[in-house]
Amino acid sequence: MSTAVSAHDVTVIYEDFKALDGVSIAVDRGKSYGLVGESGSGKSTLLRAIAGLAPVASGRLEVNGRTLAPRRRDKAFYRDVQMVFQDPYGSLHPRQTIDRLLQEPLAIHGLSDAEARIARALDEVGLGTGFRFRYSHQLSGGQRQRVAIARALIVEPSILLLDEPTSALDASVQAEVLNLLEQIQRDRGLTFLMVSHDLGVVTHMCDQLAVMRSGKVVERLSAADLVAGRIDAEYTRNLMVASKGFVRTSA
Amino acid sequence: MTAVPSAPLSRRDWLLSDRPQSRMQARLGRAYMTWRRFSANRLALLGLGILVVLILMAIFAGVLSPHSPVTGDLAGARLLPPGSPGYLLGTDEQGRDILSRLLHGSRLTLFVIILVAVIAAPIGLIVGAVAGYAGGWIDAVLMRITDIFLAFPKLVLALALVAALGPGIENAVLAIAVTSWPPYARIARAETMTVRNADYIAAVRLMGASPLRIVLLHVMPMCLSSLIVRITLDMAGVILTAAGLGFLGLGAQPPLPEWGAMIASGRRFILDQWWVATMPGIAILLVSLAFNLLGDGLRDALDPREAGQ
Amino acid sequence: MSPLLTVDDLRVSFPTRAGLVEAVRGVSFSLGRERLGIVGESGSGKSQTGRAIMGLTPPQARITAKTLSFDGIDLLEASPRERRELRGNRVAMILQDPKYSLNPVMTIGRQIVETLRTHRKISASEAKARAIAMLEAVQIRDAARVFDLHPHEVSGGMGQRAMIAMMLIAEPELLIADEPTSALDVTVQLEVLAILDRLVAERGMGLIFISHDLRLVSSFCDRVIVMYAGRIVEEIAAADLRNARHPYTQGLLSCMPEIGGDRHPLPVLDRKPEWAR
Repeated sequence: MSTAVSAHDVTVIYEDFKALDGVSIAVDRGKSYGLVGESGSGKSTLLRAIAGLAPVASGRLEVNGRTLAPRRRDKAFYRDVQMVFQDPYGSLHPRQTIDRLLQEPLAIHGLSDAEARIARALDEVGLGTGFRFRYSHQLSGGQRQRVAIARALIVEPSILLLDEPTSALDASVQAEVLNLLEQIQRDRGLTFLMVSHDLGVVTHMCDQLAVMRSGKVVERLSAADLVAGRIDAEYTRNLMVASKGFVRTSA
Repeated sequence: MTAVPSAPLSRRDWLLSDRPQSRMQARLGRAYMTWRRFSANRLALLGLGILVVLILMAIFAGVLSPHSPVTGDLAGARLLPPGSPGYLLGTDEQGRDILSRLLHGSRLTLFVIILVAVIAAPIGLIVGAVAGYAGGWIDAVLMRITDIFLAFPKLVLALALVAALGPGIENAVLAIAVTSWPPYARIARAETMTVRNADYIAAVRLMGASPLRIVLLHVMPMCLSSLIVRITLDMAGVILTAAGLGFLGLGAQPPLPEWGAMIASGRRFILDQWWVATMPGIAILLVSLAFNLLGDGLRDALDPREAGQ
Repeated sequence: MSPLLTVDDLRVSFPTRAGLVEAVRGVSFSLGRERLGIVGESGSGKSQTGRAIMGLTPPQARITAKTLSFDGIDLLEASPRERRELRGNRVAMILQDPKYSLNPVMTIGRQIVETLRTHRKISASEAKARAIAMLEAVQIRDAARVFDLHPHEVSGGMGQRAMIAMMLIAEPELLIADEPTSALDVTVQLEVLAILDRLVAERGMGLIFISHDLRLVSSFCDRVIVMYAGRIVEEIAAADLRNARHPYTQGLLSCMPEIGGDRHPLPVLDRKPEWAR
């Protein structure tokens, strides 16, 4: 099986702060890989480093066998790799209609047939063309996240970076969006790299995962191992216990 | 809430539709919502009304003026008080009809306002947005230049420029424009700094968009509304600066009926023939007030926080 | 035992451009010295319910109720002064994000002392001693040092503990916690909940725990109210949650991905219009 995305000993430094400290992961093509951790663990930073949004100080990033430059990415890269952000309220331009939002990537990459592509993209994420000329403030959180997914998919990437795509959504909407993502992955054979703080979501979506803490990978394991409790690191075990909910000790 | 009785209900529903069927409908719907917010403010409507009258005055000055604005009846009509037969607002020391001069002067006022806005706003917007988005040394250089301009009082700098370029209304406009862009650059930069790290800008970067495209198509539209508001509120100041230059003899040259210059020539008779200086003064006051009211209304109507509704 | 808080037919509405919007539409419940959870998704009116009890509703909103009384005091009839005296003293509220609810330019210790001295006539030195004791009670190590720190100098979990200390210092009888741990990491979340749980139990307070997380609430509270579109759709003992009857509650429970629950695709909520009737 070939590797779609890999990081080798990647370090990211913001001013004096080491956000990532020698992180290595390898994501198989067509699979989902989860990055789990609490705030400040560097899980989102790794995603942003791959996307070219974070300054890589050292280490090597590879996508589809090509080594990426530390900062610059070419247009071809962005046809391969797209990202969905955490906050559906912040990731859509407040002064653009959905139509305009979806046209932008087509215009940048010079793709023809915009009308049909936009209609198809909206259909694929289950919105339909009735939403096409709305502004983002006329949509609910879940609908916005669907638009963000449609925008990422419209250039037909092979890799999707998902930065906590459902953590700002209500539980019932989260289920819909997770189902949509699974459906899309099956249909298009996409590779997912997904960041989440929620072990439930990650084990539901991903085959492999890395647990991160303070910029380092604590443990790499398969979702099946995690579920079965075959865990090496103490920290991972703490996360497992914490995600099971509150347990009253005194009573 | 204001009712719009003139529009039939169906058209209103079409405009307010949650599911616009075309680009045009979406755009019109948004414009209509902005108009509704704006028109809820009575004073802003008054300001708009005054400015519409000013524009109509300028267009039809030739038709409306009962007399020539530049040549007067030196023999028979010097310094007539308001209400004299044939001279509604009186005449000045050269026997020229003040009403006619005011009407023609509105053209000069509009000329100044429009040119200043057309020159200063784009400079400020581009400088500010580029500085804010690029950051680093580009930002430092552009903003230090801006600071240098801001360090001088506006009128003093304008005076110096006009003195160097020579008096005349075109040079006055140029001087005012050159001195009024720095605040716009500041505003555009501040707005840009708040949006440049937003996820929706990162999303366009991840589409592979060039920095130029991001600044032009995605950042600048976010700066526009606060810039429009600021320019509108500044217009009163521009009119006053133009009038000030005119008053000092550095703006429009005689016999042009520029309002500031009219006050300057009328000040000699201010005690005995008060109307000569007062009438253009009232005109300046009204137009400045109108711009301020309009600016306040626009601030509410264009407020980007509308999105939450 | 008469209930601590009685809410009967509470309605909260906001005037908007589109007309009057009702955020809370006839909510009734009563609370003793127990832990009550209010659960719902965004827009269910759960937070507005808490704010209305606390008297923190924005001024343009209209609040009506047949009864809204705390320990026999009619909250709707009470003067602003009486309500101020209740707030912080007998009724307290913890908000989601300590970043926004602590004053950034005042040290944590001073804020706690101020809260205490507003409601109790005690000397400055005694107030400080009690504030430090309270910080220790919320398991802040080195409480004397934290006392002199500003809110931005502490972590989110520490800030939320300080917030709890500030809210509990005057020993209120009713505590309303609106998503008190949602901004925190999961491991910190449990620590904070454990502290809250112990203090509520020790001091015999009534607690209203408002959250979107049905599972968390049910593991923490005695009784759960499920809200949908401004109404209560189900009220159930937390232990019986598995036997919830309303399809909305069942849907909320089942749509969350579980560790080891291999369900593809996840069941989604089929929202029926009659739920919001």
